[in-house]
Amino acid sequence: MTTEARYTRADFQTDQEVRWCPGCGDYTILASVQNFMADLGVDREKIVFVSGIGCAARFPYYMNTYGLHAIHGRAPAIASGLAVARPELSVWVVSGDGDSMSIGGNHLIHALRRNINLKILVFNNQIYGLTKGQYSPTSEMGKRTKSSPAGSIDFPFNPVSLALGAEATFVARTIDMDRTHTTEILKQAYQHRGSAFVEIYQNCNVFNDKAFAALTGKDERDQNRINLVHGEKVLFGPDRERGVIIDGGTARIVDVADAGIDAIHTHDATAPSAGPAYALSRLSHGPFGPTPVGVFRAVDRPVYEETLQQQIHDAQAKRGPGDLAELIASAGTWTVPDHDERELPAHS
Amino acid sequence: MSEAPTIDNQEAEQVHAVAIRFAGDSGDGMQLAGARFTDASAIFGNDLSTLANFPAEIRAPAGTLPGVSSFQVHIADRDILTPGDQPDVLVAMNPAALKANIADLAPAGIIIVNTDAFDERNLTRAGYATSPIEDGSLDAYRVLKVPMEDLTKRALEGSGVKGRDALRSKNFFAVGLMTWMFQRPLEPTLEWIASKFAKEPDIKAANELAFRAGFNLGETTEMFRHTYRVEPARLPAGTYTNVTGNQALAWGIMAAGQAARLPVFYASYPITPASDILHELARHRNFGVRTFQAEDEIAAAGAALGASFAGHLGVTGTSGPGLALKSETISLALMTELPLLIIDVQRGGPSTGLPTKTEQADLLMAMYGRHGESPLPIVAISTPADAFEAVIEAARIAIKYMTPVILLSDGYIGTSTEPWRLPDLAALPDISVPFAIAPNGPEATFLPYLRDAKTQARPWAVPGTPGLEHRLGGLEKDGTGNVSYAPDNHERMTLLREGKVKGIAADIPDVLVDADEGAEVLVLGWGSSYGAILAGVRRVRAAGKKVARIHLRHLNPFPANLGAVLAGYRRILVPELNRGQLVRMVRSEFLVDAISYPKVQGQPFKAAEIEAKLLEII
Ligand SMILES: Cc1ncc(C[n+]2csc(CCOP(=O)(O)OP(=O)(O)O)c2C)c(N)n1
Ligand code: SF4
Ligand SMILES: [Mg+2]
Repeated sequence: MTTEARYTRADFQTDQEVRWCPGCGDYTILASVQNFMADLGVDREKIVFVSGIGCAARFPYYMNTYGLHAIHGRAPAIASGLAVARPELSVWVVSGDGDSMSIGGNHLIHALRRNINLKILVFNNQIYGLTKGQYSPTSEMGKRTKSSPAGSIDFPFNPVSLALGAEATFVARTIDMDRTHTTEILKQAYQHRGSAFVEIYQNCNVFNDKAFAALTGKDERDQNRINLVHGEKVLFGPDRERGVIIDGGTARIVDVADAGIDAIHTHDATAPSAGPAYALSRLSHGPFGPTPVGVFRAVDRPVYEETLQQQIHDAQAKRGPGDLAELIASAGTWTVPDHDERELPAHS
Repeated sequence: MSEAPTIDNQEAEQVHAVAIRFAGDSGDGMQLAGARFTDASAIFGNDLSTLANFPAEIRAPAGTLPGVSSFQVHIADRDILTPGDQPDVLVAMNPAALKANIADLAPAGIIIVNTDAFDERNLTRAGYATSPIEDGSLDAYRVLKVPMEDLTKRALEGSGVKGRDALRSKNFFAVGLMTWMFQRPLEPTLEWIASKFAKEPDIKAANELAFRAGFNLGETTEMFRHTYRVEPARLPAGTYTNVTGNQALAWGIMAAGQAARLPVFYASYPITPASDILHELARHRNFGVRTFQAEDEIAAAGAALGASFAGHLGVTGTSGPGLALKSETISLALMTELPLLIIDVQRGGPSTGLPTKTEQADLLMAMYGRHGESPLPIVAISTPADAFEAVIEAARIAIKYMTPVILLSDGYIGTSTEPWRLPDLAALPDISVPFAIAPNGPEATFLPYLRDAKTQARPWAVPGTPGLEHRLGGLEKDGTGNVSYAPDNHERMTLLREGKVKGIAADIPDVLVDADEGAEVLVLGWGSSYGAILAGVRRVRAAGKKVARIHLRHLNPFPANLGAVLAGYRRILVPELNRGQLVRMVRSEFLVDAISYPKVQGQPFKAAEIEAKLLEII
C-alpha cells in the first residue's frame, strides 16, 4: 500500500450533512473508510463508490470521490459495468443486508462468481433500517419486528457462507466498532485481485440495537470473538484456551486442553478448496455465540475484466483493430452500376 | 455481379417479381435454405425482402403443425417493400408444412412437394385423412412432385454420408432445385458451403452433392423445363449487401461508437428476437467492443448504465419482457441524466406471448412504462437496413441530451433481410460530445447539474477526471446536484427534465409528407409497417386515388411540424401491429380524430390490407 501523506481524512469528506441516526454504526464505518482511503493514497478521482438503497447506501454522498447512489439492490450490476468498462478505477460497492441479499441477491452472487474487481462492503445490521425496522434476510428466526409481530419465520442467510457458495475469491467479516480490524480487512480487500466480499457487522441502534453484543460487549467479546489469522491456529477465549477443529468437513469448538494443540485447525485462507472456510463460517449462524471474524478466504482466480481486456488484445493482435467498412462488406456484396434514368417498372 | 447460368433449352419466362416460401419441419433447415437462396439472389442483383417465421419451440414434435418453420423471400427486378403478401411458390417438405401454408399461396401458385415425406404417419400428424397430393385437393395449383429424400440419398451414394445423416442435406437439394427454376447463380451457395463447412469435409461434400443434384434434376427433367427469370433490379447505384435488422443494428451500434468517439459497451440477457445483436457484437472484440452477458435484464441495464457513467456508450438490448424489467434502471438513468441506449426488439405479448412473432405493442410502455414523471426520447426503426442509421440517431440524442433513449425495433425487422446500400463510413456524422474536464462552479467546484443553456443537458464528467469528483443519484436534487426534497424544487426539476426532452423537437427533422396534391386522407405509420404501408399506398395511387403518407422515426418528441401536417387532412389512418397505441398518442397530443387500424396476429401487415383499408375510407 502506498503511504504518501498526500491526503488526510478531510480530503474524503464532503460538504453534505451526514444524516444517519446519532449513534449509528455507519458513522464508525465511514470514519474507518475515509481514514483508510487517506492512508491508501490512491488518486481520489480514480475511486468510485456505488451503492443501492438503504441507510448504508447513503454512503457515497459522504465520500469525496466519484459516486453513484443507485437503486435498491442493483449496485453490484452497475458497478460491474463501471469496472469492466474502466478496469483502472477502484470501484467500491456499499450495500445493506437487505439491499445485497434480498432484492439484490442475484446481482451479488453473479458479481462474486465473475470475480469482477469490486470491493463489496455489506453493512449487515440484520434489519431493514431505512424502511424503519422490518426483518431482513439476515434477521434471526423468531425476531419480532413490525412485519413479524409473532416472530420471523424466515430462515436467515449466513452472508459468509453465501459468498463462499457464490464462488467468491475473497470473503471476510469485520465489526464496525473495531476500526483497526476494519482497516486491516479493507486493506486486504483492496489488495485482492478480483471481487472482495466484506461483511461488516453494523449496529443499528434504533431498530436492532445490540445485535452484535456477543462480539462487542465488554463481558462477552473475549468469549465469542474468533479471530481468523492466515497461517495461525484458530484459538480464542480470554486465554486462548479454546480452539476450532475441522473434522469430516465440520468445524467444532473444543477445549485445547482436551483436544491437544496439534489437533487445532490452522487457518489457510488461500486453501484451494473453499471447504475449510465454509466449515468455519458455519460455526455460528449469527453473532450470538463464538463467531469468526477476519479473512475466511483469499484465492487467486482470473479477474473478469482482465480476461476481457486480454481477449480484446488477442483479437486485435490476430485480426487488427477492426475496420467497420470491411466488416459490413464481409457478408458478400454486389454492385449496382450507374444507369440511365429510365423509369422503373410499375410497382405492385 | 455474378452471371446467371445461361440456359438455352427451356422456356425462360421473364417475371418482374416472385415470392417463394420454403416450408418444412423445424428440423428441416428451411431458414438456412431460404437464406442461401436469398443471398444468391442478392448477389445476382435482385431487390428483395424476406420474412422468417419459426416456432417458439426449438424442436416441436416432428411432422406436426406447430413444428413448421418457414422462410419467405420476395425477389424482384425493381424496388420492393415487403416480403410479398402471398407466396407464388411454396416448397413444402412435409404434409404439415403444406397444410400450414397452403392458405397463403397465390391462386394457381406452384407447389413443390417432397413426396417422400407424404407417408401415413406424417399425413396423420398433419391431420390429413387422405394425401392431398393424390386426392385432387390441390388441383387449383401447379404441383411438382419430387422425391427429395430418395434423390438426396442417391446423390450422396459413395460420399461416405449415409442414412439419416444424408437426409440432412435435403434442404440443399431444395435450394438447388429452386436455383435452377429461378436461374440463380450457383457460386454463392457453393462458396458458402465451402467456407461454412471447411472443417467438416464430409458435410461439405454432402451438401454440395445435394445442391448440385437438385439443380441437375431441374436441368434434366421435363417437368422443370419451364423456368423463370427475374432480372437484376435497377436499384440506385452503389455497393450492396443483404442484411437482417439485427445485424444492421449491431453494426450501427459499432458505428455510433465511432461517430461518438466512445468505446461501445453492450450488456444484454438472451431473449428472442434480440439475442442476435449480442451474438454479432460479441464477435468483434478486435473493435474493442465490450459485450456483457448479464444475469438478467435488470443487471444488463445496470451494467450498461455503469459503463455510461464510466464514459462508454452504454447500450442494452432486449425484447418486451426484458424492457419491463429494465424500467426502474431506465428511470435512474433519467434521474441521473446519464446517456443510455435501450433497444427493444418487440415481439408478441403480453408475457411470453408469441416469442418468435412480431408486434408493435411496446410503444406505450416505452412512452409511459416507468414510475414517476419520466419522459424520454423514443426512436423507431422502419426497415432492416434502416436500423443502422436509426441507432446512430438514437445514440446522438442520448449523449447530446444526457438521457436514456429507447430505440424500438421488432421481430420482423430484426430477423428479415433487405439489400442495404453500404454507407460511406467516412461521412458518418460526428456525434461526439466532449467530456467535462474543468470545474464549472464557484471556487473551482464542479456542479454536475449545471445545464447547457441550449440543450439543457448537464455535463458528462467521467471518473478519473481530477477535480470533478461528484455524486450522482436517484434522489431528487436541486440545480447544483445536492439532494433536495423542497416541494417547488421537485416541480421545477420535473419540468426541467420534461422540457429537455421536449426541446429535442427542435433538433430533429420535420416530417416529410409523401402526398398527392389534393389528398384528403393521410396514412400515419411507424416502425416495421413502413414497407406494407408504402406498397399499399402505391397500389391505391395506381388505382387513381389520392393519398398522403407519413412514416415517423421520432415518436417522442414528435417532429415539430407534425401537428400542423395532421391538421391538413380530413382523415388520418394509423395502421399498427397493436390495439392502437400511436393513435392514442396523436389523438391526445393533437386532438385529431385519427382512425386506428390495428392488427395483432404476430404477422406484419400485408400491402393488400393497407390498400383495402385505404380504399374503404378514401
Ligand atoms: C424497488 C424498491 N423496493 C423497496 C424499496 C424500499 N427500501 C428502501 S431501503 C430498503 C431496505 C434496506 O435495508 P438494508 O439493505 O438492510 O439497508 P439498511 O437501511 O438496513 O442499511 C427497502 C425495502 C426501494 N427503495 N426500492
Ligand atoms: S435506522 Fe439504524 S441503520 Fe439506519 S441510520 Fe438509523 S441507526 Fe443507522
Ligand atoms: Mg440492513
